[in-house]
Amino acid sequence: MSHVSSKGLYYSVFFALCVLTVVTVAIARVDLGVMNTPIALAVAVSKAMLVILFFMGVKYNTPLTKVVAASGFVWLIILFGITMGDYLTRGWLGVPGR
Amino acid sequence: MTHGTQNSPSYLDAPYGIWSWLLTKDHKRIGIMYLISVTVFFAIGGLFAAGIRTELLTPQGDFLTADLYNKLFTLHGVVMIFFFLIPSIPATLGNFLIPIQIGAKDLAFPRINLLSWYIYVIGAVFTLAAVFMGGVDTGWTFYTPYSSIASNTNVVLAALGVFITGFSSILTGFNFIVTIHRMRAPGMTWFRLPLFIWAHYATSLVMILGTPVVAITILLVFAERAMGFAIFDPRAGGDPVLFQHLFWFYSHPAVYIMILPGMGVVSELVAAVSRKQIFGYSFVAYSSLAIAIIGFLVWGHHMFVSSQSIYAGLVFSIITMIVAVPSAVKTFNWTATMYKGSVTWESPTYWVIGFMGLFLIGGLTGLFLGTMGLDVHLHDTYFVVAHFHYIMVGGAIMAFLGGVHFYWPKMTGRMYPEAMGKISAILVFVGFNLTFFPQFVLGYLGMPRRYHAYPEDFQILNVLSTAGAGVLGLGYALIVFYLVASLFKERNAPANPWGATGLEWQIQSPPITLNFESDPIVTEDAYNYAGRAGHGGHAKKAGEV
Repeated sequence: MSHVSSKGLYYSVFFALCVLTVVTVAIARVDLGVMNTPIALAVAVSKAMLVILFFMGVKYNTPLTKVVAASGFVWLIILFGITMGDYLTRGWLGVPGR
Repeated sequence: MTHGTQNSPSYLDAPYGIWSWLLTKDHKRIGIMYLISVTVFFAIGGLFAAGIRTELLTPQGDFLTADLYNKLFTLHGVVMIFFFLIPSIPATLGNFLIPIQIGAKDLAFPRINLLSWYIYVIGAVFTLAAVFMGGVDTGWTFYTPYSSIASNTNVVLAALGVFITGFSSILTGFNFIVTIHRMRAPGMTWFRLPLFIWAHYATSLVMILGTPVVAITILLVFAERAMGFAIFDPRAGGDPVLFQHLFWFYSHPAVYIMILPGMGVVSELVAAVSRKQIFGYSFVAYSSLAIAIIGFLVWGHHMFVSSQSIYAGLVFSIITMIVAVPSAVKTFNWTATMYKGSVTWESPTYWVIGFMGLFLIGGLTGLFLGTMGLDVHLHDTYFVVAHFHYIMVGGAIMAFLGGVHFYWPKMTGRMYPEAMGKISAILVFVGFNLTFFPQFVLGYLGMPRRYHAYPEDFQILNVLSTAGAGVLGLGYALIVFYLVASLFKERNAPANPWGATGLEWQIQSPPITLNFESDPIVTEDAYNYAGRAGHGGHAKKAGEV
């Protein structure tokens, strides 16, 4: 595609990534209880989205490219979701000794 | 309109010499290189199978030791699946035909196409190195802990070969998708595409969405072995069943990588030998996509007895029943296409009818295995072996050979003896059933797979099976013999020996390097046999007046 982003945008995204990296390190040093993993994941997803949308240019690309980019994540959800469907229901039957 | 002329040399004649092949960017030459490569691996995998069947002639383990037997069935599976079945149709017929069928000069990325062949060869070298260094005995599935903490064979080399070859598959799929999206000729709308293209589009989706998962899974095994990461080792909090989840997330859809292109070939052949528009074109096209997508949701049916949650098993069982529907749609539509068609008894007809019968049995027995209660009895028995061979050999290989027979005149410019084509199809059909039908009975009676010795009661069925394997081998050898022999004869194939529709039959045999002298413009639907004939729906064959 012919869209050219400004240098300023790239620097802004780079700066945001640096800040989020500092946040990643900082929250690793603080005990947030049950929120430890969700918050760490949220920061990681934010960083990934910045890279995908701006550095990889998906935001300015065709809908087809967006579908392709999204489909990888949808398939990841299928893989993790259904696999966890196994792990989370293993104990439901109440088999003695398990 | 005929797009080929006698002015340009065919792709077989233009630049000559070994380097013109090894450095070619022509999709047709790369397809031929793949055809030679996969045939070599089919022969190697066949030799391993011969060893297995010879051992099973007698109940005692007297021909091979148990260890050697383990290695033979592992290598048979690894070679046949990763180095023959997965690339068999897409990388050979797909490479050769996809650009021509959509009216393009080549694939979107010719260099990447060549790269995919080299990656395939490099992967094959690693796996063959594992064979020569003593083999591998984990089963083709590389299950942990056989491949991790309990491993005592060359797992790393063999799995590395599979890992590398996976990238070849990803590149091929990616190339096909871009080509089909971007390089269709004017007038070649999505619903004018031959069903071979739809099938390969669906296959390519599976290749690029599934293959990375098995690559990561193999890397995780390496990480556990080399760096002590306890991912699959339960002693340190890992879970061996997690390997099965990750492995089958790719490897069940991989079944569709193997059979979907075969379905594409069969759609072409059925229409051509029936001289009829395919029945329910859009249903057959969409069923390919449905198989590709739903095929990703059924992997747990391989794990009903692997300590998987019974609730997850229920869901997988139900979805397995659903994935059978689009396959049934195809089978019914092929049959309906033949109904009241002008069916001619040429050699491709034999292959396609053989495919339908065997795929039907393979598919229906899959429903047996997808039923949780029944699978408890049948799991890991010869019933499973028979079932997947009916799909993989009876389905995929029959379609592959049907496609090779159908397109051989186009690929090489030579006809083969029609009688031999029919005899080999019958030999393969009879040999196949004799080999694998007794295995259904053996499995039902309780004979487990992957043992080199068995109770004497099972001997008669095993002898039948081994005899069938001999007939099957003879059928395959005959095909190689007469097809290779045809290469030494004069080029005698007309542009359209079968009287078929499609752009590939409007250009000369063999095609010129750029496929078309002038850019084609498509003005009609696929399989327009009725329109071609004028009346009666019977297109003319070469030589007919």
